[in-house]
Amino acid sequence: MSDDGTGPIRKVSVVISKGSLEGIYPGLIMANGARAEGMEANLFFTFFGLDAVHRARHDHIKLATVGNPGLHLATWAGGLPGVSTVMTHYMSRKMEHLDIPSIPEMVEMIAQSGAGLYGCKASTDLFGLGKADLIDEVRDIITVGEFYEMAAGGQIIFT
Amino acid sequence: MPVMTLAGTDVDVDAEGFLTDASQWTEGVAAEIARAEGIDELTDRHWLVVQVMRREFADKGTGPAVRALGKISGVGIAELYQLFPKGPAKMAAKIAGIPKPRGCI
Repeated sequence: MSDDGTGPIRKVSVVISKGSLEGIYPGLIMANGARAEGMEANLFFTFFGLDAVHRARHDHIKLATVGNPGLHLATWAGGLPGVSTVMTHYMSRKMEHLDIPSIPEMVEMIAQSGAGLYGCKASTDLFGLGKADLIDEVRDIITVGEFYEMAAGGQIIFT
Repeated sequence: MPVMTLAGTDVDVDAEGFLTDASQWTEGVAAEIARAEGIDELTDRHWLVVQVMRREFADKGTGPAVRALGKISGVGIAELYQLFPKGPAKMAAKIAGIPKPRGCI
């Protein structure tokens, strides 16, 4: 069914383009929430966002402590060795308290909800990655054209 | 507040059709809401989830969102979506006669 912008949203395509903790979670939450509301949802991982579905990296996503004014931490302090690790650990503990799943857990849950997970071809080419480098839940590596075909009739959310 | 007659019972509902008074709920009401939502027959697995919803609401004043629902009921996420395709927490809460859960995850 097509979205003419007046009725309820029936389908969303969420693009995750950043590889930091705060860059990945919002897109995951949007996609998961869409499924929870009964909408069709697809997730596209592009550029550094691919780390969210990278076998070796998805369990090591860090909070950006440099160039992140929202953190209210001086840039020079954010750049000190170990600060990103400590801040990530602190944030993860807070999230665990609120029962927010880790990134790998959340990605798995979204896949189980029936949402489609896809990697971006241009990005995997650029980084020299293949499907084997990505977690099993990723259905395919697709082009931007295929993405738009899949997104047709729904809303696109870029994060 | 709108009133609906479900399975011969008058129930108070909100604009989205969720019961506003959980005590008006009966199994017959549940079955009729389920049919309206596209579930022709509630299986044992559906009932298990619906009962968890009612119990959680009675204990905590709110039903769980999808992830917590999976943990508490022991029903996996994939099966929850098979049982309640329009959104497990939302549909199960509606069928259970409790307000829509407001969790984000």
